[in-house]
Amino acid sequence: MTAASYVLGVLTALVTLGVVIEMLRRRRLRERHAIWWLIAGTLALVVGVFPNVLGWAASLLGVTVPLNLVFFVSVAVLFLVCIQHSAELTNLEAKIRSLAETAALQAMRIDELEKRKESRGVADGSTAAR
Amino acid sequence: MVATLERTLVVMPAFNEESSVRQVVLEVFEKLPGITCLVVDDGSIDDTAAEALAAGALVARLPFNLGVGGAMRVGFRYAMEQGFDNVVQVDADGQHDPAGVHALLERLESADLVVGARFAGKGDYVVRGPRRLAMVLLSQFLSHTAGTKLTDTTSGFRMSGPRAVRLFAEHYPAEYLGDTVESLVIAVRARCVIAQVPVAMRVRAGGRPSHHPLKAAGYLGRAILALLFALIRPPARLHGVEVSP
Repeated sequence: MTAASYVLGVLTALVTLGVVIEMLRRRRLRERHAIWWLIAGTLALVVGVFPNVLGWAASLLGVTVPLNLVFFVSVAVLFLVCIQHSAELTNLEAKIRSLAETAALQAMRIDELEKRKESRGVADGSTAAR
Repeated sequence: MVATLERTLVVMPAFNEESSVRQVVLEVFEKLPGITCLVVDDGSIDDTAAEALAAGALVARLPFNLGVGGAMRVGFRYAMEQGFDNVVQVDADGQHDPAGVHALLERLESADLVVGARFAGKGDYVVRGPRRLAMVLLSQFLSHTAGTKLTDTTSGFRMSGPRAVRLFAEHYPAEYLGDTVESLVIAVRARCVIAQVPVAMRVRAGGRPSHHPLKAAGYLGRAILALLFALIRPPARLHGVEVSP
């Protein structure tokens, strides 16, 4: 491994972590959505700083080519993020649907009340004129 | 409990049905005197709401299209809020003859959910091919689950009694096919009594069911999927309702 590729690995991990943390700090990202990115960034940083960790972990898990472990973990993290997003989407859809139902029912009530108020207003007006 | 038309709410999901909704609402009032009719305008972009209002129906307007299930949920929630005992679904395309509501209401005396069935020997409604196969399979399976003979599980013409209304106001499924198939499973698992009566169905005023083999196969797949998931979901609980003996 050359010094350049070592620096590139560490820098990439740092930038990833930096972006996620900055977005968290500015409340552009909620913790529950950031957790997988934080884990991925931290793993990347550890492997970037101590490349030997990767070889050690690969042999521990019986993975012949250490790089394959990187791909496997990456896909696993992306998979978890996708699942989480799908679940959130389902949740949001249910909430929106419920709001739409409530909005429809309330619009009906408002129409009804306005109609009632109007007819009463007409009645009041006639008694006041007398 | 005496089920009466006065305590019954007709819920009519309508999506771009301006050509037929007025006629259907007028027919409902003519054949079912004293009933209340709520048209749920499911995000239509035509004059459905105005037509329904002109015919004298109550109209709830959804801001965007939610599908039949979502529209029915509005109906069930409205029935709960306004204290209606029963809810009957009548389609806005004129496929369901409002006169059939009398038969549903009568049967509701001893059931929580009554399905108006098309294949039970009345009317001339015919479906063929894979779609027919899907319907038969669903019917056999759901008959077994419900412990009663159901021949038309995808019929939308159905009436819910007080227990079912309370259940559906909270748990009516909004997915495609969920409104018919899954709602039956939900009702069965909440220990509602399900029954069916034969009704005559008419040819839809506009549009007609698809018979394309690929679409029919897709329908079959989705129906089976909807059924499977309905069965493995945790059962919906009916809160604060006495369990019938």
